[in-house]
Amino acid sequence: MKYEVLVEVRLRPGIADPQGATIERALPALGFEGVDDVSVGKAFRLSIEASDEPAARDRAVEMADRLLANPVIEVSTVTVLDGAR
Amino acid sequence: MATKIGVVVFPGSNCEHDVVKALGLFGPARVEAGLVWHGERSLAGYDAIVLPGGFAHGDYLRPGALARFSPVMEAVAKYAADGGPVVGICNGFQVLTEAGLLPGALQKNRGLRFLCTTVGVSVCTTRTVLTGESTVGAQLSLPINHFEGNFTCDAATLERLRAEDRIVLRYTANPNGSLDDIAGVCNEDGNVVGLMPHPERACDAMTSSTDGMGLLESLVVAATRRAHVPV
Repeated sequence: MKYEVLVEVRLRPGIADPQGATIERALPALGFEGVDDVSVGKAFRLSIEASDEPAARDRAVEMADRLLANPVIEVSTVTVLDGAR
Repeated sequence: MATKIGVVVFPGSNCEHDVVKALGLFGPARVEAGLVWHGERSLAGYDAIVLPGGFAHGDYLRPGALARFSPVMEAVAKYAADGGPVVGICNGFQVLTEAGLLPGALQKNRGLRFLCTTVGVSVCTTRTVLTGESTVGAQLSLPINHFEGNFTCDAATLERLRAEDRIVLRYTANPNGSLDDIAGVCNEDGNVVGLMPHPERACDAMTSSTDGMGLLESLVVAATRRAHVPV
């Protein structure tokens, strides 16, 4: 079965995120006050063939750990978006 | 016999000819430098390997992230483990960190600017294949040309790099936010070195300093030594 999976990769807490900081500073200029903790990362949408949802998640986590994120500077979160299709 | 130095070409590398040309300055009697396609699985016969600058595999995903999976990288890892001299310049440094052959990572420059300028660096150790003929404290003027050259690693790794004398070069005026002003690091044995500045572009007095020649001289000496290791 195919599972739609979202992998989000962002910089580890404590690693400087100049893009996030720049956007955070820009937002008030447009009138968006009260926004903080802006971080910039990458999002990957994957369609994964797997026997069930936990298996799809496990495969995505492994992909994130081994390729999609660099564990030295990045962390990832995996979300299975909907059930099997 | 001339020592044989291989310069790896990934799709998207763009400094390989600069490296070959700079190594050619040592003369055909000392050095025979040639290109090695990234699909190569053996590095037999080479006395040193250089991973040049550029945009290997388009720098897609992250610089070096996909180059790590090129067939040649397995051979580079074996070659390095066997004590062979390996130098990664700029994108080559990024490839070596992604491949786990060097610690840390290169993230976007502080200030989010692509930097194309000449910087001062000082030599911090001579225990490596790139600085063996240099002296600690030597001041060099070298070009940099990168967007992701901001070296970072966790506190424990930094402590280890300092304690093990593995910080090879430091910027004299930090251009990119690199942790501890680091411009280059090496592995435990000093035979794998990565650096962001381009020594190969500092070898011609007409266009630049010639400070890169001293570093390449060290590599040639290390390669020559390697060539005489009985197999």
